[in-house]
Amino acid sequence: MTTATDAVIDHHDHKATGIKRWLFTTNHKDIGTLYLWFAFIMFLTGGSMAMVIRAELFQPGLQLVDPDFFNQMTTVHGLIMVFGAVMPAFTGLANWMIPMMIGAPDMALPRLNNWSFWILPFAFSILLMSFFLGGAPNFGWTFYAPLSSTYSNGSTAFFVFAVHIMGISSIMGAINVIVTIMNMRAPGMTYMKMPLFVWTFFITAYLLIAVMPVLAGVVTMLLTDTYFGTSFFDAAGGGDPVLFQHIFWFFGHPEVYIMILPAFGIVSTTIPAFSRKKLFGYSSMVYATSSIAFLSFIVWAHHMFTTGMPLIGELFFMYCTMLIAVPTGVKVFNWMATMWRGAITFEVPMMFSIAFVILFTIGGFSGLMLAMAPVDFQYHDTYFVVAHFHYVLVTGSIFSIFAAAYYWLPKWTGHMFNEKLAKAHFWCSLVSVNLLFFPMHFLGLAGMPRRIPDYALQFADFNMWVSIGGFAFGLSQLIFLAVVIKCIQGGEKAPAKPWDGAEGLEWTVPSPAPYHTFSTPPKVD
Amino acid sequence: METPETPRTSKLVGKLMLIVFGMFGFGFAMVPLYDVFCDITGLNGKTANQAAQANAAGVDTSREIKVQFISKAAKDMPWEFRPEIAEIIVRPGESKIIKFYAKNVTSEKMVGQSVPSVAPGRAASYFKKVACFCFEQQILEGQEEVWMPLQFYIDTDIPSDVKTLTLSYTLYDITTKIES
Repeated sequence: MTTATDAVIDHHDHKATGIKRWLFTTNHKDIGTLYLWFAFIMFLTGGSMAMVIRAELFQPGLQLVDPDFFNQMTTVHGLIMVFGAVMPAFTGLANWMIPMMIGAPDMALPRLNNWSFWILPFAFSILLMSFFLGGAPNFGWTFYAPLSSTYSNGSTAFFVFAVHIMGISSIMGAINVIVTIMNMRAPGMTYMKMPLFVWTFFITAYLLIAVMPVLAGVVTMLLTDTYFGTSFFDAAGGGDPVLFQHIFWFFGHPEVYIMILPAFGIVSTTIPAFSRKKLFGYSSMVYATSSIAFLSFIVWAHHMFTTGMPLIGELFFMYCTMLIAVPTGVKVFNWMATMWRGAITFEVPMMFSIAFVILFTIGGFSGLMLAMAPVDFQYHDTYFVVAHFHYVLVTGSIFSIFAAAYYWLPKWTGHMFNEKLAKAHFWCSLVSVNLLFFPMHFLGLAGMPRRIPDYALQFADFNMWVSIGGFAFGLSQLIFLAVVIKCIQGGEKAPAKPWDGAEGLEWTVPSPAPYHTFSTPPKVD
Repeated sequence: METPETPRTSKLVGKLMLIVFGMFGFGFAMVPLYDVFCDITGLNGKTANQAAQANAAGVDTSREIKVQFISKAAKDMPWEFRPEIAEIIVRPGESKIIKFYAKNVTSEKMVGQSVPSVAPGRAASYFKKVACFCFEQQILEGQEEVWMPLQFYIDTDIPSDVKTLTLSYTLYDITTKIES
């Protein structure tokens, strides 16, 4: 029987070459790589739109672009960063790491996996195509009706179909993750032994299948309102534009946790590794993640405090929102307690993780300020909101993705990355990102509204700083590209476990990870 | 290494797809749910879109409420549209008839629909319309004008701190919607 087994293994090790390898692959590592590159390309695309925005805002007055194009830039920047950069990057990490972390040979539904990646480039082609076909969406990434229906510039159909495809992709990806985790864990890998990244992504996947269909529903209503004469959001026909906001934010608030929970999982992996201690409070982390996920469904209207809700509604959503600070506080406390008296070393993934903890907490605090209904009337739709969500999404989600990339690059490529260059990337990013987003707090408190191409003179100095920070942060990301390319091309040979405090099944296989891992499940005890 | 699709996998995928379709349906279910919720709470100043029974509870002569009328033609709606008076003082329970003037200033036949809203929102459910032109569509020939009646009373149970009510009508052009 030995020969037969060998033949089977031979067959499976065979992989197509050239473009066909990538088009037809069902291998979780290949698909993970595709997701990660796609996310990085989208990160640079969305980033260059941010550069246009910051260039226009460098000085008061209208210099470079007309207001309509400016609106298209802010809208598409948001859409691309949310659906094209952060979400695919996390899905890519999940694809690469989850099967290896739970001792599974691959994802449970490999062909579905291939499809959920390959429809994404089409979604974003449709979205970007609209620039050349009469103008891209210009109604904000939140596409409030009637801006996106009655007052649309004709891009609504492109937008809706692009979102539909993105949604289908995310739903399929999420189903795949759930089935993999529930059915394919190695013997002995009980739920409470799963690495925290697996746990957080497991919960994220459930959030995805719960709210992406609601997004699909709301864009469908928008489509029929705009083109087929229905009146879901049109008061003339008995609809209500405020209803749009309720449905959108019912999706939108869990969506922001979809973009941050995997980040929690990543830093819960890296911080113990470089502190050389077990994660403090593993089970409390699991419960905190679950309660954040639960609370995310009952806080959506805190985005709508100024729509004229009854007082009782404002109070309910305000208290529920502030309640989220409790499980989040548990997490931050656990990360600090993990570092406490640890033998800490400051490798690049650890530097990004520590920066994550501090800067994400700043974003959390500004979130608490925004959660208070009475003060939100002042902050609503100002740069304070922009500062808040960029602190949680850029220095939160994206910094955690950098931490993950540096942490697992040796496993992916088999080479150590250039530490000096990577540190340069970290320090340039850290300084510029704060120059970019911190003054936005002051601008917002002073009353500068968001989504405008021009502003009053008193905001000029801060805006100039912000723009300089923006350009510097954008350029810093090219260092990251250089580090990754150099690491793929060569470098010091990475051992199976390059970080001596690292734990988990992924470090028991050689670096680079073989094309197929854990064909026979490992035993976990 | 490809995993054979075991019955266990298919079963789980089936369950997860049920959640997906269920939530897609839930998105649409929010539309009627929202209307029910607004009807109960008077959220968004929505008033009932059916005629109320005439008042049977008698008139509360101990207090007066000021009712203001605002009317506005929506963007791209060329009609003239205004109430006969800007405000009126009523006692809770007292029935009043107010007329609104509308004129189709174009030469084409058009269909209009007015949508009411009451501020403050929590008073909306106490504003009872016995007859209202907003319950039906207005079909006006070119240059035709009309005086449209609104008969209302204010429920005697209205919270005592509400001293002023604003009733706002927005008139929409629904000609194309009727045709399609």
